[in-house]
Amino acid sequence: MVGLTHYLVLSAILFAIGTAGVFVRKNLITILLSIEIMLNAVNLSFVAFGRALGTADGQIIVFFVMTVAAAEAAVGLAIVIGLFRHRESLNPDTFTALKW
Amino acid sequence: MIALIPLLPLIGFLVLASLGRRLSKAASIAVACGTVIVSFLLSVVSVWNLVGLAADQRAIVVPIFDWIASGDLSVPLSFRLDPLSALMILVVTGIGSLIHIYSTAYMHEETDAEFARYFSYLNLFAAFMLVLVLGANFLVMFVGWEGVGLCSYLLIGFWYQKKSASDAGKKAFIVNRIGDFGFILGVLLVFVRFGSLDFYDVARNISGLAPEVGFGTISAITLLLFVGATGKSAQIPLYVWLPDAMEGPTPVSALIHAATMVTAGVYMIGRNAVLFGHAPATLAIVAVVGTATALMAGTIGLVQNDIKRVLAYSTVSQLGYMFLAMGVGAYAAGIFHLYTHAFFKALLFLGSGAVIHALAGEQDMRRMGGLKHDLPVTYWTFLIGSLAIAGVPGLAGFFSKDEILFHTFASGHVLLWVVGLLTSLLTAIYMFRLVFMTFHGERAPAAPSPEHHEEEEPAAQAHGAAHPAPGHSGPGHPAHSHLHDAPKPMALALVVLALGSVLAGYIGPPISHRLDTFLEPSFTAGASAAHEEPEGEGGLEVTLMAVSTGVAFAGIGIAVFFYLKNRRAADQVAARFAGLHRLLLNKYYVDEIYDAAVVQPIRIVSQEGLWKGVDAGFIDRSVNGVGDLVGIFSRAMRRMQTGSVRAYAASLFVGVVLILGYYLWR
Repeated sequence: MVGLTHYLVLSAILFAIGTAGVFVRKNLITILLSIEIMLNAVNLSFVAFGRALGTADGQIIVFFVMTVAAAEAAVGLAIVIGLFRHRESLNPDTFTALKW
Repeated sequence: MIALIPLLPLIGFLVLASLGRRLSKAASIAVACGTVIVSFLLSVVSVWNLVGLAADQRAIVVPIFDWIASGDLSVPLSFRLDPLSALMILVVTGIGSLIHIYSTAYMHEETDAEFARYFSYLNLFAAFMLVLVLGANFLVMFVGWEGVGLCSYLLIGFWYQKKSASDAGKKAFIVNRIGDFGFILGVLLVFVRFGSLDFYDVARNISGLAPEVGFGTISAITLLLFVGATGKSAQIPLYVWLPDAMEGPTPVSALIHAATMVTAGVYMIGRNAVLFGHAPATLAIVAVVGTATALMAGTIGLVQNDIKRVLAYSTVSQLGYMFLAMGVGAYAAGIFHLYTHAFFKALLFLGSGAVIHALAGEQDMRRMGGLKHDLPVTYWTFLIGSLAIAGVPGLAGFFSKDEILFHTFASGHVLLWVVGLLTSLLTAIYMFRLVFMTFHGERAPAAPSPEHHEEEEPAAQAHGAAHPAPGHSGPGHPAHSHLHDAPKPMALALVVLALGSVLAGYIGPPISHRLDTFLEPSFTAGASAAHEEPEGEGGLEVTLMAVSTGVAFAGIGIAVFFYLKNRRAADQVAARFAGLHRLLLNKYYVDEIYDAAVVQPIRIVSQEGLWKGVDAGFIDRSVNGVGDLVGIFSRAMRRMQTGSVRAYAASLFVGVVLILGYYLWR
């Protein structure tokens, strides 16, 4: 029988993978994907809690999160394209001009 | 009516100060002279009414309004007309009117706006001087005291574009400031000691007491007041401003720096005669300072070459006489001398003004001479003034000066009497040196410096190569034609003052005792007589009179020998005593000593200590230090702003973990 704990563990593993991806990967698009993984890890935990508590709240929040995530992905990809045009690179370490 | 006397010149000032730029000269004259002359007429009427009263009723108090009322302190703005202030308002408005009239001609070359400015200051001065002498208490007097100081500053620096004039104005103001500080301290101490600032209250309060033995509160009060007097009346150690004050227009020197303002200190002591009478210690200081000033200024006057400076030192010297009189308790004699001195010294200054006017600004006596025929009115009036100040019998100065010397001798101050007599000799010498150098002898050769073109002697034209053309000597100054005698308004003032210099002495001792009996109630302030007039037998007075007459004629004789008959002998004497001559010519180096002892230390402390030390070293450095500290901190902190997005994300992550961890494991 698959219980709440399993879902939460899976969610935590996904979140850790996403976080590691954000820190480790050197491609902006991959980083955006990692952020999506993190968001979906959280979505999973919401749904799991909703199911465990027998309410619809978790499902509704997930819809909001997905909407915002879609908008965020659109804006994020647009910025990435803009950056790429500027520097011919997708490595975030090349975009460090905004500093002291 | 009494309140109108100072109010009218004040109105004149307000009109001239607000509308002066748009007024023509004639309108300015009408306002300025009109107000002062009406004020004079009102004074005459007021004094006439006062004389009509019984002797013990002669103190009319005019309260205007309650000025300060705070706790125990209650100071009304009120005027008091009593015999002493009656004499003073007559002198101030009378001489003031004459000098206003004289100035209309003297200042005629100024522009309309400057002309109005000059007369507005002159009117303001008259108003403040009248407040000073009419004030019924110390604070009202102090208002006038400060006001005349302000007007003195404004008028000395009237030609403010000239550096020396504006410097002299500042010097006068600052030196007076020192004296005024003493004066206000004295006033505060009066309030602490007596609980009132009214002159008559203070006098009544104290008249029951015995004169103070040693040095106590009353001596301190009077000494502080005397410090104020040394500033205003140019006594040692604060006399240095008066000779420099000659930078002002000459009528101003006559009115403010000879006849009226500088006598304020003498008047103040006379006003507080009872108070000073109870402080023998201070009186002794007053007498000694007065005598020392008289002698010192007399010796300096002996060698100066600027016509106005000689007169300035003469004024300082005569003021010293007045303080000597005050110091030996002969208040009536001191005020008598103040009153006669006002006539002849104003006359002498106005006469020198006429000379300067005729010579287009020349003030150096070495470049004068032989003016007797060109300026007859000036010459004869000037001669009368010189005879009067020298103490020739029958003229005003003789009576008053003799009265002072007599009282000095009779009260047992023989040493002071000898010095006074010596000063009297010096007075006769330097005055007639001035007369002979200016009016007698030959016209001096052309001026070596190109600024002085007024001498158009044939000799000047002989080496006239330096001059581009005879017409160069200024607008319409062809040879000698500029040497016109005093214009009508100036001549009028000179003649009236000359008459005054002859006749003014006949109302006082020894001719009659009307003046001293008239003034007596003011010196006792309604209280019983605090001091006994030294009543010497007539024989002593006649003997002393003969001695001082002899001294006066001896002085004139010496001047005749050295400066009329045998000018070369004077140079030989000067060469023989070259060191002494240089010492006198440089005024005992007092200005230099003050500069080294006071001005430079203050400047050094201000510059090195207060400016570079406290301001730059402490205040600026602490302000800059705070700024620098923030800067250093920020420079370290901004290293966190790396620009690397992943670093920001990492720090965000670490932060979240830490906060969560805190809540989970606390």
